[in-house]
Amino acid sequence: MLPELGQVALLLALLAAVLQAALPLAGAAGDRPAWMEVARPAALAQLLLLAFAYAALTVAFVQQDFSVAYVANNSNTLLPLVYRYTAVWGSHEGSLLLWVLMLGVWNAAVALWSRSLPLVVSARVLGVIGLVAIGFLSFMIFTSNPFERLLPAPLEGHDLNPLLQDPGMIIHPPMLYIGYIGFVVPFAFAIAALLEGKVDARWQRWTRPWTNVAWGFLTIGIALGSWWAYYELGWGGWWFWDPVENASFMPWLAGAALIHSQAVTEKRGSFGGWTLLLAIATFSLSLLGAFLVRSGVLTSVHSFAADPSRGLFILAFLAAVIGGALVLYVLRAPRLPEGRPFAPSSRETLLLVNNLLLTAACAMVLLGTLYPLLADALDLGKVSVGPPYFGTLFLLLMAPLVLLVPFGPLTRWQQEQASKPAAMLLPWLGLALLLGVIAFFMAPQGPLKTAAGVFAAAWVGLGTLRFVWSRLRASGRAFTPEMLGMVLGHAGLAVFVVGALLVEAQDVQTEVAMSPGQTMEIGRYAFRFDGVERVPGPNYMADRGLVQVLRDDRPLVLLHPEKRAYASGGQVMTDAGIHAGAFADVFVALGEPLGGDAWAVRLQIKPLLRWIWAGAFLMALGGFVTAADKRFRKVAGSERRPAAAEPAADANRPPARAPADDEGRADPRLPTSPLTGGEG
Amino acid sequence: MARPATLSAVVIGVVFFGLVGLLLYGVLVSDRADREALPSPLIGKPAPEFELPLLHQPGTLFSSQELRGQPYLLNVWGSWCPGCRVEHPVITRFAETRRVRVVGYNWKDEHADAMRWLEQFGNPYWLVLVDYDGRKAIDWGIYGAPETFLVDAAGIVRWKHVGPVDDTVLAESLGPVLDSLGVAR
Amino acid sequence: MIAALRRRCALPMAWLLAALLLAPGIAAAQAVRDAAPLQFQDAAEERRFHALVAELRCVMCQNQSLADSNAQIAHDLRREVFDLMRSGRSDDEIRSFLVERYGEFVLYRPRFSGHTALLWLAPGLLLLAGGVVVVRIVRARGKRPLTAEEEQEW
Repeated sequence: MLPELGQVALLLALLAAVLQAALPLAGAAGDRPAWMEVARPAALAQLLLLAFAYAALTVAFVQQDFSVAYVANNSNTLLPLVYRYTAVWGSHEGSLLLWVLMLGVWNAAVALWSRSLPLVVSARVLGVIGLVAIGFLSFMIFTSNPFERLLPAPLEGHDLNPLLQDPGMIIHPPMLYIGYIGFVVPFAFAIAALLEGKVDARWQRWTRPWTNVAWGFLTIGIALGSWWAYYELGWGGWWFWDPVENASFMPWLAGAALIHSQAVTEKRGSFGGWTLLLAIATFSLSLLGAFLVRSGVLTSVHSFAADPSRGLFILAFLAAVIGGALVLYVLRAPRLPEGRPFAPSSRETLLLVNNLLLTAACAMVLLGTLYPLLADALDLGKVSVGPPYFGTLFLLLMAPLVLLVPFGPLTRWQQEQASKPAAMLLPWLGLALLLGVIAFFMAPQGPLKTAAGVFAAAWVGLGTLRFVWSRLRASGRAFTPEMLGMVLGHAGLAVFVVGALLVEAQDVQTEVAMSPGQTMEIGRYAFRFDGVERVPGPNYMADRGLVQVLRDDRPLVLLHPEKRAYASGGQVMTDAGIHAGAFADVFVALGEPLGGDAWAVRLQIKPLLRWIWAGAFLMALGGFVTAADKRFRKVAGSERRPAAAEPAADANRPPARAPADDEGRADPRLPTSPLTGGEG
Repeated sequence: MARPATLSAVVIGVVFFGLVGLLLYGVLVSDRADREALPSPLIGKPAPEFELPLLHQPGTLFSSQELRGQPYLLNVWGSWCPGCRVEHPVITRFAETRRVRVVGYNWKDEHADAMRWLEQFGNPYWLVLVDYDGRKAIDWGIYGAPETFLVDAAGIVRWKHVGPVDDTVLAESLGPVLDSLGVAR
Repeated sequence: MIAALRRRCALPMAWLLAALLLAPGIAAAQAVRDAAPLQFQDAAEERRFHALVAELRCVMCQNQSLADSNAQIAHDLRREVFDLMRSGRSDDEIRSFLVERYGEFVLYRPRFSGHTALLWLAPGLLLLAGGVVVVRIVRARGKRPLTAEEEQEW
């Protein structure tokens, strides 16, 4: 009964989405407040219905109702309780329901927190979100119904894929989805702005925290995926430029560009057109990501649905949403007025270059990911595009960006004497170079990458600290959350860069045949293999190894690498024994049994590995902290103050401190209401 | 302002339609059974020369030269391979037409298991070569089982199929190649 | 004695990240025969080997390098690469050896050729084109009179 109710809830949610889309958009076009008011309650109703449907599916899993086909396919009687909750998103239909639920959450959040926007704008934003919801709900209802029955109900289900029976897998998809879907907000806003024909700084200000939060969650989601792959897959890697990883990384890159572009548009009125285009692009990449993993298009991606009809449905939806948005953009964007002028030496230019590099990196990842498909289509044979391609080009594109990062915060808007920030940063550049050179000579292996990593991290880190220092010491300066967020974000970048480059350069790996009692030494570490025993688990049988790890001849940790054979599917999983260290990870995995009591054992030392995720976490935190800045909420009722109130500043170097209540300024020389568009 | 706007519209249009077109192609071919099969770079090139033991006469080495003069089908299989069991009746029927010799290539297996498998399911092969360490298989570009090659009378590889063969594959894919080689039915 | 192969027992990467495969599992795979780790003469040889196999693709797996895969064919190919190294072939010769048998697919770093020119050059060209656009924008904006220096909020 409950599954049927869940199904009904989905249908009603679709109805709510239709109402949420049709009436407010029509109302905004025809100036009917009553229709526009429908958006909010429709959004809230949608969330309630979706939550109910999701709960219904969860109950089916917890109660192990194998008459529901999806439950039968993704669970069995041996599955521990906690994983029954997470098995809900264990496969295509359920994860789609989670996706749609997340959309419902964002939807409701926008409904609740958009009261400061004019009704027309919020109606349009919610209307567009409603259109997106219609697409996904229809897709689910008509092609991927999670509540389909399987009658007669089997006594035993298949099982949840053992890879997913793991804590990391519990949290990774939800975080990722929250991020992916959150970009619908700047997207919807961009559509609304294009429909309206103008972009007010206040509305742009309203959008920024949403974008930052979405990006923050996406960062966490990607980092979790990387962390989980590391400890679950048994080969000690953290990123493989796999199409599925790339599918999440592309919106991240575009989202990073979007965050910066929105800052420019909101503060200076410039690049409005670019910001709108980036908002469309970022969400399009989210949709593309969802498409790629669910349509079976990429041969190296084992997709959810190897069913072309599903793929066609999503593709059609994708094409309609993105195509529609782009048509609107092409028609309307040129009409947006130009932004304020700025000199070549200015923060605007730096951010423009920043966005160019991020966009180029994103395009490169897209090209590399789709290239095998393109080669297939053009009959050029089967090619592989892997980490050597992506890694090389990504480093090349990000190197200039990393070099420019410290300049951004220290460079003023509109016009800056290039010598000023250069003078401020020069000593730190020198120090960073020195550290890099020292690292080069001290590195036991991989000197170039080590030096590059140390230099880049030191440069970005010190440059950012220089900004903090100059901000704090000038009298009466406020250090706003927005600035703190930026600092955290850039610091996170520094930490990430040194972690990523150093682990690649300094990673030590080896595989040895070991008999019980044998010891293997790697640098400061010694590994004593104490044999393997058979240990049963709830739904698997494991070969559990015992490896004593010593560092500097003192016992460090006892590791238990396992090889698990799962009862239902017969799959064998490698569960590595990992010691997480702040400065290095110790990683031990079992290879194959070699007869007698000997086993092949894989040993790895991975310096600074955790810094990768620490850096990512800092970046995400930066996004959240920025979003918390109160100034983004000063949107309601902030009329433009007469510009005459502002004193002309000293031409040389006016203090960069802004008056505390500096909101909604407008330059009298600009046209009053619209903000700017970029040049197409 | 008009020209930059048109140019950007064109660029956006080209990128969008290019992408959608490519993805459409991807979706349409996604359920092709051989989508993931690697095309063999050996087609049109000489088959690797070999000297491999025979399954039924383990002490004897059989040379590829002895297969010259007549085309043959090389069918890679193992007792551990479920797909091989699935295609076995098809291979058997084809062998019974006597159109082309079917040579078995027992790959990465155990002698006893292979013998048992043939006993249980029948032996359609003209002879069975044995490659248990897999070295010669690498020269053939074999990476899984079942795989099937057609080698012509001069020792040139003419056709390869990855995965189980069925009647459709034999009729529509292998058939024309055999016809073009002038192999009588 | 310096040890050996880095061989990781991993199920295809893509499943995991994609999270969730419908398929009930790999068809019963055979146990890896002769699973003893390869033994290298010295660290340099091990490094060279690793650099080679990390950029080669396991032809049978969804998306794994030869270094990481535990499939039977991956093991065989690693041993083949090792033997070729020992017999004095250069890295390029080893790669060509494998391409002759398995096609370009086996290389994770696409070789630069007419076919892959687009792949390798496009990002750079894109950057260049973007750079031209940026320069044009900056020039155009710079030409207009700048507004008077104002109090800048950050």
